[in-house]
Amino acid sequence: MASSGSSAPGNGARRPRAAGRAIYGGLPESGPPGFAPRLLELADELRREGLAVGTSELLDAFHALEELSWTDQEDFREALAATLAKSQEDRRVFELVFDRFFFRAVEREAVERGLTEERYGGGDRLDLEDLRERIREAVRRGSDGEMRDMARLAIAAFGRQGEGSGVIGVDVQRIRRALELKGEAGGRELPDPDGVPQDRLREFERHLRRELERALIERTQSLPPAKPLRELDRALPSGPLQDLAAVHRVVAQLKRRLATRGHEQGGRRRSAIVDIRRTMRASLETGGVPMRLRYRHRRPRRPELYVLCDVSTSVTSASVFFLSVLHALHDSFRKLRSFVFVERISEVTDVFERERSFAAISHAIATDAGVADVSGYTDYGRVWLEFLGQVVDDLDPRSTVIVLGDARTNGREPHADAFARISERAGRTFWLNPEPRLYWNYGDSVIQAYEPYCDGVFECWTTKQLEVFVNALAGGRGIAPAAGRA
Amino acid sequence: MRDGLEAVGYLAGESAALVSFLAARLGKPVLVEGPAGVGKTELAKALSRATERKLIRLQCYEGLDEAKALYEWNYRKQLLRIQAEAAGAGWEAVQEDIFGPEFLLSRPLLQAIEDSDPVVLLIDEIDKTDQEFEAMLLEVLSDFQISIPELGVVEAQSRPLVLLTSNNTRELTEALKRRCLYLWLDYPDVERELEIVRLHAPELSETVARKLVEVIHMVRGLDLKKPPSIAESIDWARALLMLGADDIDASVFERTMSIIVKHRTDLDVVAERVGVKLSDGVLGKLGTG
Repeated sequence: MASSGSSAPGNGARRPRAAGRAIYGGLPESGPPGFAPRLLELADELRREGLAVGTSELLDAFHALEELSWTDQEDFREALAATLAKSQEDRRVFELVFDRFFFRAVEREAVERGLTEERYGGGDRLDLEDLRERIREAVRRGSDGEMRDMARLAIAAFGRQGEGSGVIGVDVQRIRRALELKGEAGGRELPDPDGVPQDRLREFERHLRRELERALIERTQSLPPAKPLRELDRALPSGPLQDLAAVHRVVAQLKRRLATRGHEQGGRRRSAIVDIRRTMRASLETGGVPMRLRYRHRRPRRPELYVLCDVSTSVTSASVFFLSVLHALHDSFRKLRSFVFVERISEVTDVFERERSFAAISHAIATDAGVADVSGYTDYGRVWLEFLGQVVDDLDPRSTVIVLGDARTNGREPHADAFARISERAGRTFWLNPEPRLYWNYGDSVIQAYEPYCDGVFECWTTKQLEVFVNALAGGRGIAPAAGRA
Repeated sequence: MRDGLEAVGYLAGESAALVSFLAARLGKPVLVEGPAGVGKTELAKALSRATERKLIRLQCYEGLDEAKALYEWNYRKQLLRIQAEAAGAGWEAVQEDIFGPEFLLSRPLLQAIEDSDPVVLLIDEIDKTDQEFEAMLLEVLSDFQISIPELGVVEAQSRPLVLLTSNNTRELTEALKRRCLYLWLDYPDVERELEIVRLHAPELSETVARKLVEVIHMVRGLDLKKPPSIAESIDWARALLMLGADDIDASVFERTMSIIVKHRTDLDVVAERVGVKLSDGVLGKLGTG
């Protein structure tokens, strides 16, 4: 967020003074003075975080800034964002890099010019209870500036000047505990009088962190090295550990992409088939001369899908993800039959077609799918035999079988021959494994036994990996680079 | 720019106003992305009203080709011409003749750059077309010109203000993005949406409007097939006015719910979750109810 006071980088950067007792090795070398080099540095950092910032984007950014008074921080930021960040994900990364970059630029300037701030040092004149209450109030509905002020007060009161742990993250949490701030519990209950909304609390923690960093920089007269963004920060919520709604949103987006696929890949096919009837009709316009050929539309391939999903405890974290994938697939494929299995297999196509809400589906599957028999351990071998028994006559070369599971058989017979028969009858067979490739074939994982019979085996526990797979499924392109068999 | 947009009934957010301003000043196209129903298309319409320019709209769909988007030769007219001249005239002369501007049917893109007054060009739902079409757009978007093999290059008489909208159903090509300014529109927060609703249905009382917007936000929070858009909140507000409802209680909600929720399965979810809260009176606590 806004770093205090000045916003745009200063124009007159001086040579850095000799760095003092610096724990990070003083200030990094500063580039040539002026505004343009600063912007180039920012672009460079953005590139390092994976944004495609080309020369044309940079030129646009400069043109845009010419049109604005760039002393207004919001305008400045928006203009840069509109010209440099060209998707929602990019925009998110941009925000993070922008904050970090200008925070550092301002701090560097302050250190170079020897500016320090008067910090409120005392603690005993403050009524701590009163302070806690005021901070809580500010966190709940204060503006950005108020929150920042309160963060500084909190550091002054609870920060133990000069004897912090040295690790900012630890200090932030210590101060938060000292303030007795806690997030509201999610759910429907009436608001907890002591709790504050989660997102506001995070915002406050960010202010705390920033102010602590600022104090540290001022004390040590040096800037810590710029760290690359953490994967967690930059990614849009999409990992399997995120809440269900987030997973679902991404899968829904995926579904739409799936629906428009094929067209974008097909382009103008050379082997188009002339539609005689429509060509003749069209020729009436031109006096019976067939000036324009009409082509028959090519129907996109609509695969018949058989999805088998492991719902045993060894894949608990992944099965929520998988079930929501299954849920989304049901919306976009008409010919889809889904099965869940642990020790034995059970068809749940009806459940998905009947129920709309995901919670109801998982409940139905958990209670009456009848997948666990005695032990509750996965038995892949038995599952193949049962699957063969149930659907073998329905499988034909147009059908695609997808298995979602970790191939951990708990030491039981894998019956790879049965799996081979399935894959032989089906047109294509894919396996999605929620474990990192590193763990495959260790312990009781027997994916090696099944792999030769699959058209592709994918490591899949994030939506990104899922997307790779979906591309392969719908377009046929991309299997080779993505599968990369071990 | 923001005031201009507001004057024609569009409350633009900070970034929307700024990016529109930049687009007008720099003459660059804008790529607008966001969920359905946040006012992407409306932004283009408002811009055309605010700048008093003509709006030319190209609605994209699967299979849209240059004959529908750029230009097409008027075969029938050409044929008539050939027949009329059949005797005597040499091939050269006829060819000169029939590939003239006279026989060109201009489609939206050509219209937009041919027009002597600057226009607002809206290319709606660009993500519905295929990549080939995007590639074809590049010439228009960066140089504002169209090459017609038989005729030569048609250059823009004036710079149109171009908006491309996308619902983000597929990734657009880098080349296209490179030529555009980027604007992400999201659902507005409660306060802004309240302003929007009040602007379009000024007779609705403040408390009812606020409650309405709160309900809308709650409905958007549910996992629905199609969350309600801003247009639908406005529709709902107008419907409430027409019914003369002075409060949103469970029964009013029940009757008018179909205005904001358009899927049968969604209806069930919303009725279950929101209906209950309304009858509990949980929502009323912010308004006077």
